[in-house]
Amino acid sequence: MSTLALPQIEPAAPSGPVRKRMSPWQTWGFILLAPYVVVFLVFVLYPVFYGLWLARHPQSYVDLVNDPIFFGSVINTLIFLIVAINLKMMVALFLSGFFIRTQPWIRWLSVLFILPWAVPSIPTILSVRFMLNPEWGIVNQVIFRISGADGPNWLNDRWLALSMAMAVHVWKSLPFWTMILIAGRLSIPGELYEASSVDGATGWQKFRFITWPSVQALYLTSLILSMIWTLGDFNSVYLLTGGGPADLTHVLATLGIRYLRLDQVDLSMATIVCALPLVLPLVYFMMKRLSK
Amino acid sequence: MNTRKALTEARLILIGIPVALWTLIPIYHMFLFALSSKQDAFSGELLPLHPTLNNFRIVFEEKHYFLIHFWRQLGNSLFIAITVGIITLVIAAAAAFSISRLKSRGGRLVMNCALFTYFIPAAFLAVPMYKAMGVYGLLNSQWALILAMITLASPYAIWVLKQASDKLPYELDEAARIDGATPLQLFRLVYVPLMVPSLVAIGTYALLLAWNEYLYAFLLLSNDKDITLAVALGHFLSADDSPWEVLMATGLIYALPPAAIYYVFRRYMVTGLTAGAVKS
Repeated sequence: MSTLALPQIEPAAPSGPVRKRMSPWQTWGFILLAPYVVVFLVFVLYPVFYGLWLARHPQSYVDLVNDPIFFGSVINTLIFLIVAINLKMMVALFLSGFFIRTQPWIRWLSVLFILPWAVPSIPTILSVRFMLNPEWGIVNQVIFRISGADGPNWLNDRWLALSMAMAVHVWKSLPFWTMILIAGRLSIPGELYEASSVDGATGWQKFRFITWPSVQALYLTSLILSMIWTLGDFNSVYLLTGGGPADLTHVLATLGIRYLRLDQVDLSMATIVCALPLVLPLVYFMMKRLSK
Repeated sequence: MNTRKALTEARLILIGIPVALWTLIPIYHMFLFALSSKQDAFSGELLPLHPTLNNFRIVFEEKHYFLIHFWRQLGNSLFIAITVGIITLVIAAAAAFSISRLKSRGGRLVMNCALFTYFIPAAFLAVPMYKAMGVYGLLNSQWALILAMITLASPYAIWVLKQASDKLPYELDEAARIDGATPLQLFRLVYVPLMVPSLVAIGTYALLLAWNEYLYAFLLLSNDKDITLAVALGHFLSADDSPWEVLMATGLIYALPPAAIYYVFRRYMVTGLTAGAVKS
């Protein structure tokens, strides 16, 4: 309790040969910082080191590489990152241009557009899962009614199922990134556009020479951040395909949890360690960018 | 000129319609299932021909095997979300105040630690966190989930609050100091009132994060009476003959509070949460 009493003590009155006494302001600075520091040490730092310690056996990595599911998961993860994220960010950039327009109906649409992000993922992903059921799912029933042919078995083919998982991911997170890019576009001074209109610039030229240079940095940051988060996207794959068919649609995030559920903690941690070469450069890039 | 305007409008509508369909179909499908009897739900009709609230009655009366603890689980979700929201808010506001206004030594380091945590993909931290919770003896306790969610929510919370508090004029602090305010008084009487919009955004963010969480909840809790509604919804997947229409009704009830909260606090959320991102 002595630290709590400190603020009342006159800092100008040194009591004994203490090495430079902390002022009450500094003391309070530490006290207020302490709760988060405790959370970080107990629930981030210790678990991370404990996890790395669990992943120390070379044998785990041999087992992991020999598991055919692992190789497939790495491929799936890369496809997810490269295809889905780039597609998503490009669409988000495009739609941000659409949603900054001021027509009332576009305002209303933008309110609805946020829904996928505002609503929790479990019920909506399960809803998509039912829509894609090959027998009674609404998608195949509509296909049957229109063409008379049976629709594809959406979640039973590796590439089709993976594409659907990527679509779910895009569906869920597109509104958020669009919102970020809208904020980016709104911070561009309107005079630039007015001046370019006077000079007779086309829409494409305005984008190329005004919009893009202004949002470029933000776009790149968003792209990297989205990649990092997508590496940890467990729900889109797990809730839609469960990793199936035959464990072919796992990504590293779901694979790690799969091993954990099978009580193979070593393999689980080894999977995560194998993902670090992907994660750490991205994290390093983001840290440099944001801690400026 | 008028034809050109109409052409632009037509082009915009051509973008707007696919966007609306893409956004709304999965959500509409939820409503469709939730309002249909089992027979209708599986008939492939695009409209609820015989809309019924029977599924909701089944949920509210806990009349299904998967739902015998529905109210309890709803309460768990609520308790966990609110607790996470409040504690995250306190921890993050204190840390941001200390880093940004008191310029504490080590503040930069702590900020970097928080950012680092923010950038670890959540699913990767889940495994070590699960093992650590086992070591702490917290597994199957709701506090495990609460503490885990606080850990996940506070980095972003601190970062956003720090960005916002950096913008407050420093003269305010100096004036308060000259008037003899203690650090706590400065925090309570000057800092918190000025930060209300950001604090609302962050509290809501943490609350929603906890309410929506599935992975951590399903790893850390297993007792049927302790789990959140999210985990209970996941249980439906374990059986092949699950009552999907009842599941969708439950899902709708579960999805409603976050959607409502989001729209109530929309102004705060959008400005509060995107402000940090744009700056970088």
